[in-house]
Amino acid sequence: MYLSAEDFQAITLTLQLASVTTVLLLLLATPVAWWLAHTRSVWRAPVASLVALPLVLPPTVLGFYLLVALGPNGPIGQFTQWAGWGTLAFSFWGLVLGSVVYSLPFAVQPLVNAFEAIGPRPMEVAATLRASQWDAFFTVAVPLAKPGFVMAAMLSFAHTVGEFGVVLMIGGNIPDKTRVVSTQIYGHVEAMEYSQAHGLAGVMLVFSFVVLLGLSWFNRRADLRKKAGA
Amino acid sequence: MNIHLQLDVARADFDVSVNVQLPAHGITVVYGPSGCGKTTLLRCVAGLEPQARGVVQLGHEVWQDDAQHVRLPTHQRALGYVFQEASLFDHLDVAGNLAYGHQRAERNNRNAMSQAVMQQVAELLGIGHLLKRRSHELSGGERQRVAIARALVTQPRLLLLDEPLAALDHARKQEVLPWLEKLRDDLNIPMLYVTHAVDEVARLADTLVVMHQGRVQANGPVAEVLTQADLPVVVGEDAGALLTGIVLNIDTQWHLAQVGFAGGALWVRDSDLSVGQTVRLRVLARDVSVTLQQATHTSIQNHVPCVVDAITPESHPSQMLLRLRCGDSVLLARVTARGVHELGLQVGMPAWAQVKSVALVK
Repeated sequence: MYLSAEDFQAITLTLQLASVTTVLLLLLATPVAWWLAHTRSVWRAPVASLVALPLVLPPTVLGFYLLVALGPNGPIGQFTQWAGWGTLAFSFWGLVLGSVVYSLPFAVQPLVNAFEAIGPRPMEVAATLRASQWDAFFTVAVPLAKPGFVMAAMLSFAHTVGEFGVVLMIGGNIPDKTRVVSTQIYGHVEAMEYSQAHGLAGVMLVFSFVVLLGLSWFNRRADLRKKAGA
Repeated sequence: MNIHLQLDVARADFDVSVNVQLPAHGITVVYGPSGCGKTTLLRCVAGLEPQARGVVQLGHEVWQDDAQHVRLPTHQRALGYVFQEASLFDHLDVAGNLAYGHQRAERNNRNAMSQAVMQQVAELLGIGHLLKRRSHELSGGERQRVAIARALVTQPRLLLLDEPLAALDHARKQEVLPWLEKLRDDLNIPMLYVTHAVDEVARLADTLVVMHQGRVQANGPVAEVLTQADLPVVVGEDAGALLTGIVLNIDTQWHLAQVGFAGGALWVRDSDLSVGQTVRLRVLARDVSVTLQQATHTSIQNHVPCVVDAITPESHPSQMLLRLRCGDSVLLARVTARGVHELGLQVGMPAWAQVKSVALVK
């Protein structure tokens, strides 16, 4: 199997993109998931649907809207220009933004499930033990929801690594800037470089399989621990 | 010092509306059928029901007074709460669970409690050997004892217990009950104890609050409330009086002990009692009958002179509930209406209460 310098560049960029996206996603998804798990507001259903949209929308639709929004006349584009960052389209941070939106449901849903599984009782217990809400959140809810956080992180990372449509729409395919593994493979195939496409595709295949295997192994262990606790 | 609770909270089925003054010592049992609002009341005291309006005051300490816009959040109320299920934190071991509340209470308490006191509480509840265990490695009874200890190490000014024994089987219950009695006797912390089990009322209560459909029906010293003939807690199979007395005599030959109470004395089964010991006796209404003269030629050992204080019809027309005053104490007797008629029993008449069986509730 032969991987070129550009292939390695694409792999590095992909890992960078997925790492940054995962960190940002966990920070963003945690409050959203907490709110969804606890609110009785009428806005719950609309917000939950909005968060889940990337699951059903074609990535090209998502990418198209993002491209428009990021462009010089889009709301995000106008903001970034006003802030002095230029436009984000066809840049690494544009990709990050797209990935965050695209993978949002994969971070939010496991966390909502985890928070709902904890139920209100541990937080009430913590309050009776003199813990303020923030204190209880970090010392009780987060540790108890650990399996949810692990799942959310793994899914976000893997899903970001696997995205193609959104990247192509808002990132273009600029070497070292926005060319990730999936678009690199696409490029190889377009250029009839099948052996190189094979190499990268193989890497992706193995990676995805390992992630899924790890997830099911982790879930099984969490289940066993829960059963032992019950 | 008193505990003043004046609380209103709307629920789907009915509103809970309570206004009581409770003594700030001993165990106050809040008793009532499932769904009568007693757990809701406890949660209001703890500040866990955001909808509740009213006053929660412990002596001069005001935890809530909505008219004055005072409302301390739960974590600023110096209380301990024991939930029906132990609800230990799964991610911490027993020591971690105890330390959780301990550290936080110490942080905002100038009379900080030393590590030694945490050890003492662990010893008090007999969990010293369990400190390194996780929740799932404990029995139900041990878990509940840890939960009680965890509430105590925060040095609460009020301990709230929500049916702490309801989730336990009979054997586990017997394992935890003595520890609760020990807390009552060893610690000077008032407790609000919610239950629907009459045996826990008989064994633990100093003060009894009876709730029904969100309202307080009766509130007072347990022996008085238990003998109010018009309450749901006294009708039914478990109706009976509660007497506190002192062991006067032990009859070693027949394994009996004589317990004197304000108004008479009763022979009970001797179970390792010693003279001078204070005991609680539960005399069920169905075990008491009435004669006009002191009966002779009977196997029944206990005859107490009394005066008929009240005659109340029961739900079945054949039955009557008699309230009998013996000196300063009260007994209940369940008899047939025909019996009352044939003896010509009337309020104010002297009579003899024949007591067939007495249960020692410690």
